[in-house]
Amino acid sequence: MKKLVILGAGTAGTIMLNKLSAALDKKEWQITIVDQNETHYYQPGFLFIPFGIYTRDDVIKPRRDFFPSGTEVIISPIELILPAENKVKLANGKVLNYDYLIIATGTQIRPEELDGLTGDGWRQNIFDFYTVDGAVALSNFLKYWKGGKMVLNIVEMPIKCPVAPLEFVFLADWWFTEQGIRDKVEIEYVTPLPGAFTKPIASKFLGQFLEKKNINLTTDFSTGKVDSGNNKIVSWDGKEISYDLLVTIPTNMGSDLIARSGMGDDLNYVPTDPKTLQSKNYENVFVIGDAVDLPTSKAGSVAHFEAEILFENFLRKIEGRKLEPKFDGHANCFIESGFGKGILIDFNYDVEPLPGKFPLPGIGPFSLLQETRMNHWGKMTFRSVYWNLLLKGAELPVESQMNMAGKMRMQQ
Amino acid sequence: MAMKNLAGKTVEVNDEGFLANPNDWTEDMAPELAKEEGINTLTEQHLKVIRFMRQDYKEKGQIPTIRRIKNASGVGVQDLYALFPEGPAKKAAKIAGLGKPVGCV
Ligand SMILES: Cc1cc2nc3c(=O)[nH]c(=O)nc-3n(C[C@H](O)[C@H](O)[C@H](O)COP(=O)(O)OP(=O)(O)OC[C@H]3O[C@@H](n4cnc5c(N)ncnc54)[C@H](O)[C@@H]3O)c2cc1C
Repeated sequence: MKKLVILGAGTAGTIMLNKLSAALDKKEWQITIVDQNETHYYQPGFLFIPFGIYTRDDVIKPRRDFFPSGTEVIISPIELILPAENKVKLANGKVLNYDYLIIATGTQIRPEELDGLTGDGWRQNIFDFYTVDGAVALSNFLKYWKGGKMVLNIVEMPIKCPVAPLEFVFLADWWFTEQGIRDKVEIEYVTPLPGAFTKPIASKFLGQFLEKKNINLTTDFSTGKVDSGNNKIVSWDGKEISYDLLVTIPTNMGSDLIARSGMGDDLNYVPTDPKTLQSKNYENVFVIGDAVDLPTSKAGSVAHFEAEILFENFLRKIEGRKLEPKFDGHANCFIESGFGKGILIDFNYDVEPLPGKFPLPGIGPFSLLQETRMNHWGKMTFRSVYWNLLLKGAELPVESQMNMAGKMRMQQ
Repeated sequence: MAMKNLAGKTVEVNDEGFLANPNDWTEDMAPELAKEEGINTLTEQHLKVIRFMRQDYKEKGQIPTIRRIKNASGVGVQDLYALFPEGPAKKAAKIAGLGKPVGCV
């Protein structure tokens, strides 16, 4: 029997499991998947919890609902990868041998990386929404909030789903309006980036949206500490911003498992070939999803595109063929913009988000870098697509490589 | 791309003044590059960071991030901001003759 071990049963690990389980001969292959807990979280849904649109129950399902029969499932924290010995040690004492390994352990928030963040104010008037507990706590806080100054602060880049903080303030603007207290709330968006977003054209476009919605933008702010006694965030170069409510996007880091195993960079991301998704250091190890060190967004849509390419490359690898350098960094993100509308961006390693149309066979074109109701519909439909199609490894009518069709090049 | 005279040598620079080719760099160019960034004297501490960045780039093929510099050179983030005000990653990379660090996505 040949052995494939998949570490992490989140978005990327589950997709790979389903795709490979359907393709590999069960008589020849044993596939094992390991995760530390039983619950699968639909993370894009966390965004909607603070505003009462989703509850905790709307974003969770048992992981096992998505595992094909014949899979060996192990629920245990993973202790160590020994890539030179083709072994994985689990916290429950078990040692797994593998012929091939897929690392899909994602990225997690690390509030303790910022001085003062988890002090007295944590979950009192400081919240995150990148965890389900944080999102629920924030929802309970907002229900009774009478207004004041809300600061959204991105502590450090890169973060997963880099559009989520923008979506949060867009939705907050809508929600406070619905509650009849928008005039009592000041919203400030504080980012270490030089603009509203990472890439120039989208940054300019989204910056105009912030302005239109009366959200103040503070750029180039590298947060050094939180002074929760005085409700202030302080930058490394001494600038201060006060808040009544701080919504923080803490530092994101890959699993400590990666650091313990000596396989990561300074943020515990695994050095990965940008085009084939093979580990740069071990030829029988592949990396997918948020765990990679690649210059594209850490997003579920990216994990999905990567999965198509990794699937092909995995089959090539076991047949002794050369890997195809086909992954282009493709990312596709719906941005919820409030008041029942949304924006769509589509980009890759080389092409930044451009305006135009995004063709989708059978459903019709979505507008790119433009606010429409259709894009909001796309965002809200994504949850059922995620549970019913994406995780199960089904083919979606979206190409894994980015397509220029419909996009407009602009004169800068 | 533009050409520029640094420490008596002519080198290629991009439109933001970053050296196009890190191999063109020699340490005697650092003070001139630093002046462009508003740093009039380079101290031993500045040079420690710059030498670390050169070395790390040579080994890893990547321009080190602030976090990398902090973890591996031992110079704290607060100190990095004091040495290279506003944008230590970018400023120090420029003075070290490395390209502009890739932004985030
Ligand atoms: C608020 C928010 C909004 C988002 N919105 C969107 C969106 O609109 N569109 C989009 O495409 N993406 C969005 N994302 C991003 C998306 O959820 C992630 O990019 C995606 O889930 C990444 O999949 P992954 O498999 O790499 O990681 P994950 O799904 O996070 O899975 C990693 C798994 O590894 C396990 N694991 C880690 N370490 C260990 C260990 N040591 N032992 C055992 N198990 C371990 C974890 O338990 C976890 O199950 C959003 C994320 C957040 C937080």
